[in-house]
Amino acid sequence: MPHLLRAVVHVAILFFLSPLLQGVVAKTKAWFAGRRGAPVWQPYADLWRLLHKGAVYSPSTSWVFRAGPVISLASVVTAGLLVPLWGSASVLAFPGDIIAFAYLLGLARFFTMVAALDTGSSFEGMGASREAAFSAMVEPALFLVLGTLALKAKTFTLSGVLVVGPADWHFHAGVMILALLVLSVVLLVENSRIPFDDPNTHLELTMIHEVMILDHSGPDLAFLEMAAAIKLFLFCTLVSRVAVPFSDGADWWNTLQLLLGSVAVAVLVGIVESTMARLRLTRVFHALVTTGAVAAVTLMVLFISGR
Amino acid sequence: MVIVAREEKENGWAGVEAVRVSFLGLSLVLLTVGAIGAVALGRSRDRLGVWLGSVMAVTACAMGVIISGWMLLVPGVAVSVRIPWSLPLGSFHLGLDGLSVFFLFAIFLISGLAAMYGIGYLLAHSPHTRQAPAVALFNLLVVAMVLVTLARDGVLFIMAWEIMFLASYFLVTYDSARREVRRAGFIYLVASHLGVVLLMLLFTVLASHTPGFEFDFDAFRQIKYPDPISSWAFLLALGAFGVKAGTWPLHLWLPEAHPAAPSHVSSVMSGVMIKMGIYGLLRTITLIGKEQAWWGILLVVLGIISGITGLLQALAQRDLKRLLAYSSIENVGIISTGIGLGLLGQTTGQETVATLGYTAALLHVLNHGLFKGLLFQAAGSVLVGTGRRNIDHLGGLIHRMPTTALAFAVGAVAVAGLPPLNGFVSESLLYVGAYQGMVQLSGRLAVVAVAILPTLALIGGLATAVFVKAFGLSFLGLPRVPLRSVREAPVLMRAAMAMGSLACLLIAVWPTAAFRLVQAPLGALVTSPWFPPSVVASLSRLGQLAGLLLGLSAVTAGLRFVVLRGRDVRPGPTWACGYAAPSSRMQYTAMSFPQPLLDAFPHLFTWRRRFQAPEGYFPRRAHREERLVDVTAERVIVPAVRRGLGALTALRVLQSGLLQAYLLYILMTLALLLGWQLTGGLR
Repeated sequence: MPHLLRAVVHVAILFFLSPLLQGVVAKTKAWFAGRRGAPVWQPYADLWRLLHKGAVYSPSTSWVFRAGPVISLASVVTAGLLVPLWGSASVLAFPGDIIAFAYLLGLARFFTMVAALDTGSSFEGMGASREAAFSAMVEPALFLVLGTLALKAKTFTLSGVLVVGPADWHFHAGVMILALLVLSVVLLVENSRIPFDDPNTHLELTMIHEVMILDHSGPDLAFLEMAAAIKLFLFCTLVSRVAVPFSDGADWWNTLQLLLGSVAVAVLVGIVESTMARLRLTRVFHALVTTGAVAAVTLMVLFISGR
Repeated sequence: MVIVAREEKENGWAGVEAVRVSFLGLSLVLLTVGAIGAVALGRSRDRLGVWLGSVMAVTACAMGVIISGWMLLVPGVAVSVRIPWSLPLGSFHLGLDGLSVFFLFAIFLISGLAAMYGIGYLLAHSPHTRQAPAVALFNLLVVAMVLVTLARDGVLFIMAWEIMFLASYFLVTYDSARREVRRAGFIYLVASHLGVVLLMLLFTVLASHTPGFEFDFDAFRQIKYPDPISSWAFLLALGAFGVKAGTWPLHLWLPEAHPAAPSHVSSVMSGVMIKMGIYGLLRTITLIGKEQAWWGILLVVLGIISGITGLLQALAQRDLKRLLAYSSIENVGIISTGIGLGLLGQTTGQETVATLGYTAALLHVLNHGLFKGLLFQAAGSVLVGTGRRNIDHLGGLIHRMPTTALAFAVGAVAVAGLPPLNGFVSESLLYVGAYQGMVQLSGRLAVVAVAILPTLALIGGLATAVFVKAFGLSFLGLPRVPLRSVREAPVLMRAAMAMGSLACLLIAVWPTAAFRLVQAPLGALVTSPWFPPSVVASLSRLGQLAGLLLGLSAVTAGLRFVVLRGRDVRPGPTWACGYAAPSSRMQYTAMSFPQPLLDAFPHLFTWRRRFQAPEGYFPRRAHREERLVDVTAERVIVPAVRRGLGALTALRVLQSGLLQAYLLYILMTLALLLGWQLTGGLR
């Protein structure tokens, strides 16, 4: 398939299929709660509605507030271009793009935090303060698990790392299970899901991500929701790729498997959100450090077994 | 004056090198003339003196940047110059090789920008105090740093090192009317001279193994130092140069001295002067010759500890410049980790790991100089515009100081290592080097390389937190103290900051050009540098990624503009969940923002707290004061020094003040010497 067409398909999947996962999560939670809930395509309707609204800006904000959603969306989309969605290699793969992936998400986070502080409100400040702390604590775990997968695959490209074959599950089953566990916890932290954050309430006690975007409205909020949807989709893709071995069939078959896997991961996220409560903030730190320790153990096991 | 061009490639090269070297000499002369002229003009023409000295400095530095950049991109031959001025025990031997030229490039670039900034900064100060001597001292500092990189003789090196210290000391204590400035200067004096003592010991140890007790670097290079001597030399070098560079645990002077200096001097000190310590360490490694693996392990461990503790201390600072000084400690830690990784690769023969480690370290030297210089300049603009440095008294500055805010934002994104700026490029190389080390090294060394991955990630996350705090709380939100008299910085300061920001962006969008700059010093450090072609390709990809990110941001911004056209866009108060009377005191402060992280590491912070609770039903008095003390000072250095002083105080018993006791000591010493001579003694 010609490169340009692959890039177009990649971007199309990224934009048009990511909000679906948020809908799947919401539907799962509704099913657990005995409700019918909003339809699975509700996030699309929300985005459409937000894009057609006006906006309200506080006089205490500056260009940073307006740039926050723009840069968040742009950096998350750029990170999305590094993840292999169609075929075994992404559009922009290069050695060391694992770092670029993680740090692009870091850039999105930086600008969201800074835009939150721009409002001068204590709510956004609280969200920024907590987000700064938790994202700093979860970065080592993410790098450890990606480093484990890179060591196993003997390559430092995100696309190479995510090509997991049945042999990997056969020979390194323990390492893969632990890596999957750590990656799932990182997914929950990075996407502000229970038990680390509550995406549904707007109560002070439970907010991190939701409170940072409290003052954005209209198209700005649409961009931020899109960025959050794409981020959830990317992490579900990561987990799905690690869990479901890559088969040597046609590209469309692999992508279909990938999407079905992502939907399954989204359902699991919904189940976790429905069956757990949010952790106390001090417990969140313990959980993050434990995750990092488990990731370190995983890497050590792979290290020792491989030498 | 004898100029020797070694390894002549063709006949024409000697001529080209002579031209380049003489232009470098001309820039040194311009700096000196500017310094003398600035002071010679006297008190009445003080402002003219500032202009004269600074313009000479900027011209000289511009010339130096062009020449050294040319030397890096089109490498010539190594040059050696001996000037027949006599020095005690040494000779005036200067030399230029790839390593020196790279550091020269960094010195001239950052000092030039700082000199331009300094014109505006010094002139914005009160006309009642003389500012021209500060310009003279600045020029002298640049000349001394250049001489340090060019020195090829131990005695000349120490002399240039001392001149560098003296110039910076008088600049740090320029505002000597204030007590905390004098205290900072004293701490700087003590720390620096501890380093100089170790440096003298280092050169003496190295020279004692040369046939004629020579201090010349060429003589050092020819000696094969036996194993315990080379390790001692490395430890001495680490101590001496670590003090200057600010590695943990020798960093205690940095957060005191850098904030006390005028801001353009702080930018040079943090940007370049601490890199002279890195230069010294690298130069010593090339002189000693036979590297050992545990040197690399030590450097990596110290680098990681510097990075993490530096950032955690930075999180808890209220003073903007002190926060930036602690962040410099972190970045020196990253550079030290890169050098350590390079050493690990060199000692095991893994050329890829060595090349990647050294490239990451050298590139980070340049990058850090650029963005830390930019950050200190922005902090100086804040100081000039508002008169305050305390983050809790700032806020909302972006509305009155838009250029400064933009410059600080660029510097903040760069120092957090985020794309699309230059910090990301060097940290990315370090990660790739750590991964290669994980795969190619074996045993303990591979574990060290593996340890770099999560700790560098933690450093990146903490750096993001620190600089969101610094940028967000100082420039954004509501002003905590009214902004009535706040004004933007003068045009020269803004120009310098703009150029610094552009340089950061340029390196990020064009990393292969920056990589070409690093080739020459790599050749001086690693005998056969080898980059796998995939890594070279990924460098150009990084540049493309930066360009793509900027392009996508522009497209998204355009999309937002198109979508918002014709919509109802209104101003409205911040929502704050409907609170009716928001005030600026409700915002997060410099101490409350990092509270979750500070609470997660309680043992790494030492607080001095004083608290008087309100009493009774109509309380009159209530008082709470909280001060953060550097934990390394409190828990490690001060107890050790106290114990040492206690032991030394016990020896005071010998100094009784009685003449009879002293006569007895002389008699005993004479008896001992006589006994020693009679039973053997000196043959």
